[in-house]
Amino acid sequence: MADRLLEVDGLQVRFFTRRGVVHAVRDVSFGIERDETVGLVGESGSGKSVTSQAIMGLVEFPGSITAGDVRWKGQSLVHGPTAAADIKRIRGNEVSMVFQDPMTSLNPVFTIGSQLTEVTRRHLGYSKMQARERALELLDLVDMSNPRQRFKQFPGELSGGMRQRVLIAMALSCEPELLIADEPTTALDVTIQAQILELLAELQEDLGLSVLLITHDLGVVAGTCDRVCVMYGGRLAEVGPIDDVFETPTHPYSRGLLNSTPRIDEVTSRLVSIDGAPPDLVAPPIGCPFAARCEACSDRCISEMPELATIEKGRDVACWHPFTAS
Amino acid sequence: MDHLTIHFPVGRSRLLGRQQQVVHAVEDVSFSINRGETLGLAGESGSGKTTTGRAILRRIDPKRGTIRFRGRDITQSSGQALRHLRRHMQLVFQDPYASLNPRMNVLDLVAEPLIVHGIYNSTDDAREYVLELLEQCGLSADTADRFPHAFSGGQRQRIGIARAIGLRPEFIVADEPVSALDVSIRAQVVNLLQDLQDELGITYLFIAHDLSVVRHISNRVAIMYAGQIVEIADRDTIYERPLHPYTEALLSSIPVPNPQLQRDRRRIVLSGEIPDTLEPPSGCRFASRCPLVEERCHVEMPSLSPRSETHDAACWVR
Repeated sequence: MADRLLEVDGLQVRFFTRRGVVHAVRDVSFGIERDETVGLVGESGSGKSVTSQAIMGLVEFPGSITAGDVRWKGQSLVHGPTAAADIKRIRGNEVSMVFQDPMTSLNPVFTIGSQLTEVTRRHLGYSKMQARERALELLDLVDMSNPRQRFKQFPGELSGGMRQRVLIAMALSCEPELLIADEPTTALDVTIQAQILELLAELQEDLGLSVLLITHDLGVVAGTCDRVCVMYGGRLAEVGPIDDVFETPTHPYSRGLLNSTPRIDEVTSRLVSIDGAPPDLVAPPIGCPFAARCEACSDRCISEMPELATIEKGRDVACWHPFTAS
Repeated sequence: MDHLTIHFPVGRSRLLGRQQQVVHAVEDVSFSINRGETLGLAGESGSGKTTTGRAILRRIDPKRGTIRFRGRDITQSSGQALRHLRRHMQLVFQDPYASLNPRMNVLDLVAEPLIVHGIYNSTDDAREYVLELLEQCGLSADTADRFPHAFSGGQRQRIGIARAIGLRPEFIVADEPVSALDVSIRAQVVNLLQDLQDELGITYLFIAHDLSVVRHISNRVAIMYAGQIVEIADRDTIYERPLHPYTEALLSSIPVPNPQLQRDRRRIVLSGEIPDTLEPPSGCRFASRCPLVEERCHVEMPSLSPRSETHDAACWVR
């Protein structure tokens, strides 16, 4: 690949709980090129957030990466004697993360300024003055009104949208090459969501940032991403360029997801629903995880797991009976 | 009377009256809902939509204004009359995890309102009817003896709905009933609500921030902003020919799951945020963010005025 920043290869994450082993992520592989925005879409429990945590080396006890690899510019962040040190160096510097909840991601007892300067002082060894300059610059970059005043305020004095801007500013402190945004707008109102999405698009263009956008909202993906990975039951169901996947989804789950989403631009008399519920990942089915809810389900789907296979250039699907473009 | 009318000009709901500070949560809101229809009440957080819904059910007392149900003023109803009323007006909550008592099994949960209202004397008496209700809501009979923690969000919401329809209410306020659910489950619950409406002729006030769901389920839609209704009209008018600049911006900022369309769409990105309801502006509450703002907007509050037979909007400019 031309300029592959991140490569996730056969990633498997398990959580060893009292209830049993949760197979949260099973054999997930995808890559992110420079300047690319990739959407990782799925419902709760699909494994999308755990995948992002695994990339950042943030899978917490009782979970761990049990197989597969995450490579940053070709270098493993999971295996090898220096992996642990490497991931610490890369995290926050070359790859940084924005989380869903702007209400809890900031420490309520420190000012915005002190939290912003902490990052550059720690990661880049800035002096107090340098860090302050940089923090004001960053607040300006994320279009915060009145940066000097914001610098002195506490998180509780800011609205959700403004806090998310602060978190984005913080993530950009060390000029990362890849930004992982985990549901960055889910807790926000739509008009504020529109502001933040526009900001992300601007930043991406201005700073040459690659973005991994994790979301459950197909609309958000449609407006911002180049490629999309659809996850279901801890596995990738479908990967492809955004226009293709939305226009001709080949996996029955992607198709069902698109059909069951009510549209602001269309009126339908009845929503097409997907019956049933996602599989229990403590005892995932041996076959396709979507088999129990799938209309096209056959015997083979129940007994044998379909692997992600390329159906045309750049388009992969894990299904025994994919819908074809015709 | 065949008309279910709720008239609701509330002046300044006093919600948090601390140290003379007053949250002007809902101010001078009037609308009516006809029998058998679904009115969608949409707006962002803090717009007052939930407060409005609760005031209609008499769970919050308005400072001013009246609420009429089947033509009768119920604003002052209390005691026996209020209890009788609640048989006919039920609430479906947003959070399927917090709204069910974890120590009661499904049978007890669904039977509880029936016993409170004296329709059955005991859970055992109610059992048959409860099973019927569960089936109607897409739950199998063996769920009756299980506890809420054993169910997923979608199933819990079905239990909540079974609880609400047991008394055969004429009117249900559904407050964000599907926003905590995943997309594929959301469609199931929306379809269930519509089926129940067809079967039982229930009237809904459907409160939601998700305008796509609102478009799907509503006959008419009211858009709230900072405690006021800025526009109300039949569904297609609101979505296809919005008048109020806020409605227009709100609709344009909703992402559509269609990449081509999403790239070509004209998006109106509003600057700023919802005004402080502790000290609401004296003019139009949207003035500080409005792209069309004029001098008058800052000074004088526009009230809802009819623009066509089925379309009201509160705006000086349009």
